[in-house]
Amino acid sequence: MKIAITATDSSLDDQVEARFGRAPYYLFVDTDTMEYEAVQNPNVAAGGGAGIQSAQLMSDRGVRHVLTGNCGPNAFRVFSAAGIQVIVGVNGTARRVVEQFKAGAFTASDQPNVADHFGMGGGRGMGMGRNRRS
Amino acid sequence: MKLAIASGKGGTGKTTIATNLAVTLADKGNIVQLLDCDVEEPNCHIFLKPEIAKVAPVTVSIPKVIESKCTGCGVCADVCEFNAIAVIKGTVLIFPELCHSCGACTLFCPENAFSEVPREIGSIEEGTAYGIGFVHGLLNIGELMSPAVIRGVKKAGGDPDILIIDSPPGTSCPVIEAIKDADFILLVTEPTPFGLNDLELAVGMVRELHVPFAVAINRSDVGNEEVKEYCRREGIDVVLEIPDDRRIAEAYSKGEMVIHAIPEYHGTFDACWTRMTDLHETAIRAERQPETATEW
Repeated sequence: MKIAITATDSSLDDQVEARFGRAPYYLFVDTDTMEYEAVQNPNVAAGGGAGIQSAQLMSDRGVRHVLTGNCGPNAFRVFSAAGIQVIVGVNGTARRVVEQFKAGAFTASDQPNVADHFGMGGGRGMGMGRNRRS
Repeated sequence: MKLAIASGKGGTGKTTIATNLAVTLADKGNIVQLLDCDVEEPNCHIFLKPEIAKVAPVTVSIPKVIESKCTGCGVCADVCEFNAIAVIKGTVLIFPELCHSCGACTLFCPENAFSEVPREIGSIEEGTAYGIGFVHGLLNIGELMSPAVIRGVKKAGGDPDILIIDSPPGTSCPVIEAIKDADFILLVTEPTPFGLNDLELAVGMVRELHVPFAVAINRSDVGNEEVKEYCRREGIDVVLEIPDDRRIAEAYSKGEMVIHAIPEYHGTFDACWTRMTDLHETAIRAERQPETATEW
């Protein structure tokens, strides 16, 4: 089965990245063979909608499960439409997480666990809305 | 004359200057209108306490899929610059709050499978206060498209003798929308390293717009001399200096106009206006000069 894990870097021994849409890497793992492909996230610096685009990428690559730290409402809507199961609150090395997944340690989330723009850093302080291109 | 009051840094005193200048000029018999274009955090009304006579919604157009025509080809998602569309298993998902109403999806759809529907993102309120016409815009919470509401505010403005625009802070799209067609821009800053850094950004922006401008320094007797030195070096006129006057802070904290709490400031704002109109006329003359030269 093909799953995707958000990661801080490009190997299975790297940590799971908490942010979904703006994770530095996605690791696409075949759970039967443990073969994987690391893909640099093209949406890291997107002005907005990073979660949507990244979720579209998961769908285009035929992923069945996504393992990550947090998932916001926009990405969640795409996952629902694509029939992709999202598992949130995951941490540790990607390799360990895959093992846990194979052992059936996780249940898929039925709703987003954070609000939109949660992973954009620094909270939404004064000026947050003013520096972006809109 | 259309004057825009802007600043790189927030909290420098744009609203204080905009409101007090507007009422000072109205007191002298001018027909004045103030447009509060800081639609994310409008605050002129706190000081002007306008009577609102008219409220109107602001809408933007967002795409709607005509499902009988859609083939799920995904062109719409590809052309969307703002990631507002995803196409999953042949189904188009639209994220309205990310949509910038550019119309690319409708234009590029090979099946003509989009219609456009209005979506309310804010409102415009019009009224009067202290003898001036007043308009401000309110962007709904959670919305991003402030330029659309700013356009609404400016459209609601009339053709008075003097139109004063209170701009949002910064140098991004909402600011450009607010100030781009002004006759003159007043950049408000404070004499601090932050004030100077953001003033330099704002000057870069205004020069790009080719609109004549000048600088106002608020709390001008605190901080350091670097802002003044910068203006001297760059040949920028400082047309207003407001001292760090405790009485102003007290009036502000009660939502009172400076010129009402401390009438002597009438003269300060009036003198600033005279200097700006002089600079504006000089700029217009300088612009006409080359045409005269080519005629010869």
